[in-house]
Amino acid sequence: MRFGIVVFPGSNCDHDTLYVLKHVLGQESFFLWHKDHDLKQADCIILPGGFSYGDYLRSGAIARFSPLMQEIKEFALSGGIVLGICNGFQVLLELGLLPGAMLRNKNLKFLCQNVHMRIENTETPFTNKGKPGQVLNIPIAHFDGNYYSDSHHLKKIIQNHQIILRYCDSEGRLNEESNINGSMEHTAGLINENNNVLGMMPHPERASEILLGSCDGRIIFESIINYLK
Amino acid sequence: MKVRVLVSFKESVLDPQGQAVKNALLTLGYDFIKDVRQGKVFEIELNNISREKTEQVIPEISHKVLSNPIIEKFDWEIIE
Repeated sequence: MRFGIVVFPGSNCDHDTLYVLKHVLGQESFFLWHKDHDLKQADCIILPGGFSYGDYLRSGAIARFSPLMQEIKEFALSGGIVLGICNGFQVLLELGLLPGAMLRNKNLKFLCQNVHMRIENTETPFTNKGKPGQVLNIPIAHFDGNYYSDSHHLKKIIQNHQIILRYCDSEGRLNEESNINGSMEHTAGLINENNNVLGMMPHPERASEILLGSCDGRIIFESIINYLK
Repeated sequence: MKVRVLVSFKESVLDPQGQAVKNALLTLGYDFIKDVRQGKVFEIELNNISREKTEQVIPEISHKVLSNPIIEKFDWEIIE
């Protein structure tokens, strides 16, 4: 499968993501420069983590206007598989491919630590290799990961089972302490109505080899590969 | 022509930074501070365009780029 990883000025998780897909999972992977207009026949587009445009104005607010986002929007609207990780999730929200917005973390701290999250829905291209309720241990590293949606859209999101990953404790329980950035509904990962675009704040590419402490993140990539087969 | 755009969070959105500033002020002894909300100021200088065009374009820019309409509202005025 062909994975295209978008690079914006300020993206810094692009290489880690390519490394996992290419060297750990043996997939054809390449970078896509944000100013180009060619998706190079990618089967899956990944918007990696980082600080595109220095998080100026708002995280992801300027990257969403990059030239390549036109092709990516069309790709997504026609059912193409798109994964936004951390800053990538923020870009997808600013672009409107996912509903809602990110606010500053509730405790006003940049959070850089491993956290637990629960797979809520395995009927997606991104989680089909997991089990419902399975707890994953994956690192987060963000300042603005506090998911917000107005009550009208939040109701819809919940009804449609669009919250795919929820922050939880090590036993899979939802509570305030484990929802460390204060996200509404403990949202760590959100999918669109069409089930083809996922945004997640945690970094699965930092948890794909046991050498780094956890390979729980690999499930996300393995699920995509499994879905595309 | 110069315009000033003010962007701030909608009332329903929690503003922890504003809260942090409020608490700092209370700690400093300004005990009459009831609430603080933090926003952004953009000062935009425009080449010669008509007032009409300004009144059309500035809300457009403010809605599309300067603010995130899901969580923010904006206000603007001509200052020069």
